[in-house]
Amino acid sequence: MDWQVFLNDDGSGRTYLQWMFDAWGWTLAVAGCSWVVAMVVGSLMGVLRTLPNSPWLVRLANAWVELFRNIPLLVQIFLWYFVLPKIFPAMQAVPGFTLVVFALGFFTSSRIAEQVRAGIQALPKGQRYAGMAVGFTTMQTYRYVILPMAFRIIFPPLTSESMNLLKNSSVAFAVSISELTMFAMQAQEETSRGVEVYLAVTALYAVSAFAVNRVMAFVEKKMQIPGFIVATGTGGGH
Amino acid sequence: MGGLDLSFFNWDVLSKFVLKGFFFSIQLTAVATIGGIIFGTLLALMRLSGKKILMYPATFYVNGMRSIPLVMVILWFFLLMPTIIGRPIGAELSAVITFIAFEAAYFSEIMRAGIQSIPRGQVYAGQAMGMTYAQNMKLVILPQAFRNMLPVLLTQTIILFQDTSLVYAIGAYDLLKGFSTAGKIYGRPEEAYLLAAIVYFALCFSLSYVVKKLQLKIAIIR
Repeated sequence: MDWQVFLNDDGSGRTYLQWMFDAWGWTLAVAGCSWVVAMVVGSLMGVLRTLPNSPWLVRLANAWVELFRNIPLLVQIFLWYFVLPKIFPAMQAVPGFTLVVFALGFFTSSRIAEQVRAGIQALPKGQRYAGMAVGFTTMQTYRYVILPMAFRIIFPPLTSESMNLLKNSSVAFAVSISELTMFAMQAQEETSRGVEVYLAVTALYAVSAFAVNRVMAFVEKKMQIPGFIVATGTGGGH
Repeated sequence: MGGLDLSFFNWDVLSKFVLKGFFFSIQLTAVATIGGIIFGTLLALMRLSGKKILMYPATFYVNGMRSIPLVMVILWFFLLMPTIIGRPIGAELSAVITFIAFEAAYFSEIMRAGIQSIPRGQVYAGQAMGMTYAQNMKLVILPQAFRNMLPVLLTQTIILFQDTSLVYAIGAYDLLKGFSTAGKIYGRPEEAYLLAAIVYFALCFSLSYVVKKLQLKIAIIR
């Protein structure tokens, strides 16, 4: 083991250590922005799938989920990065970072939508009827009755989806986003110190995943409804 | 389709570039599923054995694998395998070993949930018949756990198939690589990626449809 390698200059006036922390920043930035996209779009699609009287919206949202769930993330990133700009030349001006954020965000949104739907359907039917009985519109029923409950009970699966998202951000290396995995590959090639480089990067991923887990657990504790636990969705996913 | 021309793609291209990669992706998926389920079940049994010497290493392994990105695991194995074995191995073989080791962690969680979903009475019944722990597992508990978890195991296999595209990181020749190679040679990379997406979608969508149907068929044993 030779950890000195991190103090070497990478040829552009910064040490490998500095470069690695920059890369960590990119990883967190990609993951953070994608998380927002995934949560907003995923929640919307999840809600649409449970609407009582709008069969077309339900179909649309189901199609969305199927589309983004059945294509590998790497291929989806290529679609955003190469194929879409070729079809819509206007997209060529969009920076790569934004494209990756949308790719990862939409990919994850299909999983979030699945959890949100499961959470809403796990609620007792009476909750919805109660909302209707007080004279709420569908919108209000969701806003004041269903969603506050549903989001609280799906917190555990949302936590694991958030951790999956962080791990999946590593796939951005394929389109040269300078994040941790990209750093690991390049630094390994330049220094031939693969073990040290990979160990450091792996540790940063583990720390980040653990941090996400703790933050979510903290929020979950604050928002718990006593006596309401929903079985987490089927396992799997990376 | 503005600016896209899919006409370069014909049987010639398919048989020359894509089929080889397709077969590797399927092989990798099959081997990793079978290997992953075998090792995953072992890990699950270790975690449920109640013996600390077995529980801790298995728990550490599973949680460790589950907290790092698959791409990093692929890179790790590609880096270390030659050192461990003592001679260079190809990207394809490295990928197979990686996927068995990695997916075992995920399959183990599924199997653990499956074993825990078996009512305690089944365990006691086996013990009452005078079965040993191993017999009880083999004849009573595991068959039921497998049956209960079959839909989830298959769903995980579909995810695994999608994940095989990540061997791109070490340049193994899989389905995606087959398409991208054809795209490079014919100067049509965008079209090749689009076709790859369509093929992956068609395969995964139809498989998940089959799993959904199966899920309705498999009655939960109570």
